[in-house]
Order: sequence, then C-alpha cells, then structure tokens
Amino acid sequence: MHEEPILQVRNLRKQFGTGCKQCSDIDNRNLEKNFCKQCGTVYACQDISFDLYPGEILGIVGESGSGKSTMMQCLYFDADVSSGEAYISEPILAGKNVFELSSQQKRSIRNHVYGMVYQNPVQGLKMNFSSVGNIAEKLIAAGNRNVSEMEATSKRLLESVHIPIHRMKEEPRNFSGGMQQRVQIAKALSNNPPILFLDEVTTGLDLSVQANVLDLIKNIQRDLGISMIVVSHDLAVIRMLADRTIVLLNGEIIEQGLTDQVLEDPQHEYTQQLVYSLL
Amino acid sequence: MKTNTHFAFFDEGSKKEIRRAIMKAVAIPGYQVPFASREMPIARGWGTGGLQITLSIIGKSDVLKVIDQGADESVNAVSIKKLVHETTGVELTEQTAEASIIQSRHRIPEVPLTKDQIIVLQVPMPEPLRKVEAREYMTKRMHSEDDYSGVWLMLFEQIMKYGKTATSADHPVYVNDRYVMAPSPIPRFDNGKMHQTDALILLGAGREKKIYAVPPYTNVESLAFEDYPFTVESFEGQQCLLCGSTDVFLDELIDKESGKTIYQCNDTSYCMDQLNKKEEAEVQTSYA
Repeated sequence: MHEEPILQVRNLRKQFGTGCKQCSDIDNRNLEKNFCKQCGTVYACQDISFDLYPGEILGIVGESGSGKSTMMQCLYFDADVSSGEAYISEPILAGKNVFELSSQQKRSIRNHVYGMVYQNPVQGLKMNFSSVGNIAEKLIAAGNRNVSEMEATSKRLLESVHIPIHRMKEEPRNFSGGMQQRVQIAKALSNNPPILFLDEVTTGLDLSVQANVLDLIKNIQRDLGISMIVVSHDLAVIRMLADRTIVLLNGEIIEQGLTDQVLEDPQHEYTQQLVYSLL
Repeated sequence: MKTNTHFAFFDEGSKKEIRRAIMKAVAIPGYQVPFASREMPIARGWGTGGLQITLSIIGKSDVLKVIDQGADESVNAVSIKKLVHETTGVELTEQTAEASIIQSRHRIPEVPLTKDQIIVLQVPMPEPLRKVEAREYMTKRMHSEDDYSGVWLMLFEQIMKYGKTATSADHPVYVNDRYVMAPSPIPRFDNGKMHQTDALILLGAGREKKIYAVPPYTNVESLAFEDYPFTVESFEGQQCLLCGSTDVFLDELIDKESGKTIYQCNDTSYCMDQLNKKEEAEVQTSYA
C-alpha cells in the first residue's frame, strides 16, 4: 500500500553567515567540516530532504554540531531556514510550503499540528507558572477559553505522564529533571498534535528515569499513532524508538534506512565508526 | 519669582508631536503609540503621561477637572490643577458634568460622561503583556500577531491559584475586537464604563512613553473565560455612610473608634453632590 507522508521536507538549507566566493558554489563548497575557513560561514544544514509517514518514529543521529538541533529548530519555526521547502498533509495546508507562511500561520501550525519537547525544559516550559498552567498555555493558544475543560485535560495528561495529582498546581521549577521532561511531554501532547518533535529528550536523565520517559514515548506512539521525529546522539535510544533512521554528518544526510539495517549493517564509513564505538 | 511660560507650559512643537501621537492612537483604538515623553515639573510616575496629554489638548475655553483615586482634593490632583491653571488660566471645576477635560488617576467618575468630554487617564504600566514577556520588541510582535495567550494564561493561573481572577484593578480589555489594552489601574467596576462610551478616552504613560486611546462608541470587552465570567467588585448590602449611595464604587474604611468596617463613596465630588441635593430637598420641605 502506498502511504502519503504527513511531513515532506525538501532541500532544507540553513547557513549562518553570508558566504564568500570560496564557499557559495553549492556543488563544491570547499569546507572544513561544515565551516568555511575563508569567511567563517557555517553551513549547519545542507540540502536535507526526507519524508515522515503517519504513525512512524523517525530517528535522527549524528555527532555534536552535525546539524540535528538546527534542523529541528527550522522545522519548528524557532529559526528561519535559508532555503528549502516543507509540506504538511493537512487539508488547509495542502501544497503550501510552510516555511513561506506568515508568522501567524506558523504559530497556528505550532499550536495545532506540532508538539515539541526540548532537550532543556527551560526552553519548553514557563518555570514560574503552574504545571497545569503550562499545559493550558498551549490549549489557550489554540483558542480554548474554558477553564474547567482545560484543567481537566491538563490533569488527564499529567496523570498519563505520572505526575502526582497533588503536585499539579506546583511550578515545574520545583520538579526534578525527569519530572520536568514529563511535564514538557504532557504539554506537547495537549492538542493531540499529529507530529511530535523530540530533541534529545533523555539526555541528562539518569538511567531509570530515561527508561521511564522512553516507555512513555513508546506508549504514546502506540496508543495515539502520533508521528515523531526523535533527535538523539544516543544510539540505544534510537534503536529502541525509531522505525527508520537518518544519519547526519556536517549538516548532510550520509545514510538513511530502517533502523535495524542502519545499525546492523552500516554502509557509510562514519556510521560504521559510530556504531562500532558503541560500548 | 514667576517667569512667564508659554501657554500650557509646552512649546508648540511639543504639543504638535503629542497631538500627532494622540491622533494616531485614536485612529488605532487600543494601540500603544510611542511618543517623546518630556521632562515635566513633576516626577515621572506622578501622572506626567496624563499631564502631557492634558497640556497638549487644552484650549482657553476648556474647563478642567483633575481627580486622584476619585478625590478632587488630593495633593497630586491639586498640584496638577495648579500647574495647568497657572500656565493656561483655564477654569477649574470639581463638577464632573461641567468639565470638558477630566484628568484622572485610577478612576472613571460616577457621573456618566458626555460626548463633549475627554477623559485623560494616567497610566503606570501600559503594556498588558509585560508580566509575561519582559522584552519590548517581543510584546510588540505579540500585539501585531494578535498573540494574547500570555494574558489569558495569567488569568488562568490566577483562577488555578485563587479560584477566581485576582486582578483588583487594571483588568485587561479587548478594544475594538483587536488590541488587548491595559485600562490603567481603574477598578474592574469601571471597566464597563469604557464600553461604547460617549466621551473620548485618552491614556498616557509618561515614564513608559506611550499614548493610547479608546474613541467614543468603541467596543471594550473585559477578558473572561467562558466558565468564569467577568465580575465587578460587589458592595452588596453596603452604602456610603455619608450620602447613602449604593450603586457606586465604595472605599472600605475602618472606623478608628468602633473598629467597624465602614464604606464611603470613592468619588468625592459625586458624594458631595448627593449630600447637597439631600440638603436642598430638606431645606425646601422645611420652608414649605
């Protein structure tokens, strides 16, 4: 059966700096890693294209500085792209390159179609607002104006991520790292988004909490059928979560395929090195 | 020594600049127009925004009333009145109905305003989004994108914490179904008076260098959730101990001798009016 991708990304490019004679030729950039020695321009994402299918988890691996987070920021409109296209299979967005929409439309996509879990909860949460309020923020942004309804939704979500009921009105700044991450996940899920971005969600959490969060993500995918893009440098996380995996190096896709295939039989030299360096 | 100042203290260039800001504010209801706030003979935070508006729009035939928290005789109100009077020679009044310009801090008078009147409100914090976003360029962007989830979230948090919205004054309003505006710290009781009012409402923030306006007959709607409707302060069962008024904004005072809570009109000129009317009626009946 032929399935329609829910998110199509085509030729996404993101550079920091204006470029110079030496590096502005797309086919022959003459770079040191992703960096032009002449003018200092960083090519963080170079010509990234991929599809995300409904209900699947797409893993993105790569070393620090390979462009994973920049790509996520571009997709979530936290940063503007230098060039490229992305299409979302929502009726009202059919055929529209979402990178070219107005900031209002982008905000509407963030509030209705996307969910985001940042590596650092400070970015995703308002630390001095209650946990319930944090989740309601997204519901309010999506147009909800009914307090009891939002409170009920928030409670249900916080319960599903195992935050004790009696701490729901507490501010996330009083929570442990793992709890904060779970509040973030609850917030990201509040509008039943069809697409969820997870940026290094388990980095910095201890092993038992990591397992807990990963379990939660897996359950969410199974129960709600949400498509996810999971960025991680931790291959164990990718192995456990992702159906398909993309390997990034210096802002370019060097290998992609089924996760098992990529991890068991890596083709690219860098991927081989990455897999074999796994303890 | 009293040196001769220009009419209404300002030079004509300053007046022109401020009037232009006012015109723009009237044209875009609820939008905060930046202006070059001048140094004034009173300190910032003491009504310089309102004073600058008053001085820019006042003419020789105007009649001015200045109130501070409902009182005509508080120090601040008296000082501002003196300054305007000395530099313009305009007539001063305490009667709301007689005034053509009313400068006010934190109240809208009890007597309904007419289409011949302008009310100038002093504003300490013109930005309703400031509590959620500290950066000015961000709040500007949020206004332009109609992104007011921050204000709603603030009210939501209050409901979570206290079971109701806890804005005692300065409850945010939607103006003309577009901009969310800080109505200045008037009590919620006065919010309704802004809706479809006959008078022009000008708001000036001297320290924050912003002027905004609600033109006559404009929709002004207080923010409220579906299941937590907007409510005003309730003085049910209470009345002013001086004049006996019931449907006005009352100040809560503690009687020093009895230790009891007593209530009194916040709008002093309204209270005086009611007392005079009563006395008049008494005199008339006693003569008859």
